Amino acid sequence: MKDNTTNPLPVVVYTPESKLRSPMTMAREMWRDLLASRELAWRLMVRDISAQYRQSFLGLVWAFLPPVAMALVFVVLNSRKVINITETNIPYAAFAVFGTVLWQVFVDSLNAPLKVVTAAKPMLAKINFPKEALILSGLGQTLFNLSIKLVILIAVFIIFKIPVTWGVPLSMLAILDLVLLGTMFGLLMTPVGVLYTDVAQGLSLVTGLWFFVTPVVYPPPTNFPFSLLATLNPVSPILVGARELATEGVLYNPIPFFVVTCIMLLVLAITWVVYRLAIPILVERMSA
Amino acid sequence: MSSGEVLIKANNVSKKFCRRLKRALWYGVNDLTAELLGRSHSHGELREDEFWAVHDASFELRRGQCLGLIGRNGAGKSTLLKMLNGLIKPDKGRIEMCGRVGALIELGTGFNPILTGRENIYVNAAVLGIAKAQVHKKLNSIIEFAEIGDFIDMPVQHYSSGMRVRLGFAVAAQMEPDVLLIDEVLAVGDVGFKIKCLNAVSDLLMNSAVILVSHTMQWISSICTKVIVLDDGAVEYFDDDVPAGIDYYHTKFTAPTPNILGSGKARVSDIQISNGYLRARGEEFLLLDWGDDLSIDMSIHFDSSAIKPVIKLFVLDAKLTPIAECFSEFSGLTITPKTFNRINLQLTNLRFSMGTYSITIVLIDLSNMEVLSRIDGAAHFKVRGTYSSWAPVLLTGKWTEERVR
Repeated sequence: MKDNTTNPLPVVVYTPESKLRSPMTMAREMWRDLLASRELAWRLMVRDISAQYRQSFLGLVWAFLPPVAMALVFVVLNSRKVINITETNIPYAAFAVFGTVLWQVFVDSLNAPLKVVTAAKPMLAKINFPKEALILSGLGQTLFNLSIKLVILIAVFIIFKIPVTWGVPLSMLAILDLVLLGTMFGLLMTPVGVLYTDVAQGLSLVTGLWFFVTPVVYPPPTNFPFSLLATLNPVSPILVGARELATEGVLYNPIPFFVVTCIMLLVLAITWVVYRLAIPILVERMSA
Repeated sequence: MSSGEVLIKANNVSKKFCRRLKRALWYGVNDLTAELLGRSHSHGELREDEFWAVHDASFELRRGQCLGLIGRNGAGKSTLLKMLNGLIKPDKGRIEMCGRVGALIELGTGFNPILTGRENIYVNAAVLGIAKAQVHKKLNSIIEFAEIGDFIDMPVQHYSSGMRVRLGFAVAAQMEPDVLLIDEVLAVGDVGFKIKCLNAVSDLLMNSAVILVSHTMQWISSICTKVIVLDDGAVEYFDDDVPAGIDYYHTKFTAPTPNILGSGKARVSDIQISNGYLRARGEEFLLLDWGDDLSIDMSIHFDSSAIKPVIKLFVLDAKLTPIAECFSEFSGLTITPKTFNRINLQLTNLRFSMGTYSITIVLIDLSNMEVLSRIDGAAHFKVRGTYSSWAPVLLTGKWTEERVR
């Protein structure tokens, strides 16, 4: 028999009370689980990525085909004057490709949390593991796909001879900002989305519409009613900012950019708490 | 054995579930809101369509002890295990778990069918919280234990279900938990692998507190040092006397009404069994002791078309596996088919071990092999005892020890 008198065992207590009653304990547990989840997150990420590409013939092509195809549509429409887009600071094709790639990154990160948690339902119902691992693995997959999409952006720099400025490394931070923003929205919807499939359905509808009210393939509108799109839509300053930093090396509207970033980080922390509190209740409702 | 420290403490633990899906989802949203507002949800009262899946369960378990959790399907065993594992929160009461908790609730969790067995070992280990370095070190012994051989580099989707489960168990066996929760996962694979599993669990048993959920009473009787019988979510029995607990569990079952099949050219009625002083018929259980005699009476009405009827009597164990047969022709009885025959069968000195058994009677016409009548669950008996055997038949034999110089 082991002698554990010298080394007291960790004790976990389960009670019906909400964990919010003891915030300090909860914060400690969150930190501990975040650290503990790294290895699992890595494994899950490697598992999902390798399974995804092993089962596909075109493989990595799927990471950049959709945004390029979407950009192409708008380039053609614009050149034929079917749609009329105001002058952009860089060639429109480069502008559109940058926009759609960044938008795709946002959509990927938006969908990731609900997707990984839904896929992990059987695991959640049977095994107790740090739940942060799922979110981190989803985030990792988004970043992996992002790194492939960077190839397109590099190609855009070369083809359109866009000068490389100090804004390029800074734009990486802005893209990360965009990924976190998407994760925040996705994570916010996950608890209810796991219970009701309506959320996943609605999400694809909303992202379809969201694309058009975000200055992705057109520059931010300046005249009044439409300029609201750029100010009220939180994706707008981040996406536009990332594109400006990368292609022009300047951030034209720093204030909305930083305001959205700060609010996003705060809300992200809150959604993390919500997610943790929600999991046992969700498992109860989905267990087989 | 009871000198180990208390690792599991459950005090008045209750959990409720909802019968209807739509309402369950809606309650889920309500509970979620309550949780986020910092209130304990629904204050332990039952809402519409809810019932107690586990009600007021209390127990303690120390290191080195193994608790068998038995009960009928839906008695709340898995729910209790899920609460102990921290997957779901109790609605009332308090659970205290000390040390690392390992759960063998499902084997091969996290397996991706596209990936090879080797890759999945790492995924599964990570899900179970086993460090990568440890897996790396024990990789060969895992593969060997799973008896997978060269198939280890084949995608798991082409594995047989047995191979998948063996690989899952081989990984799970690497856990070094203080508390181990096992939910009916040992009942897989062939006999050889089951024995390996049992040995692996026995090794873990020494240094952990183990809770084993199983419907296989042989497992319970051979591993467990304590037993809980759950019924309708309530702990009805909790004691160190494992055979008595298993005995109590068997009383939970009422025998099903007999099921009659066949051409109907013969009708069997008035089946009655007796051990000399007690008798039972139909759904009643006859209580026996090991070594008792058993007498079976029945009336048979034959149709005029029956030519050479014979009777086969089978004894089935609780899992409905036939374990004994008594064949009228083998025993030298020739039946003359009449409209009314009275048949008696005497079985002396029964060797059946502790447990519940049922009798199936089959009437066959040997001239054309037609099944005239077949009565499943024609009679039931229960063997009492203090020794719960792994096997359905318990022999005494004559044991001697030879003198060795």
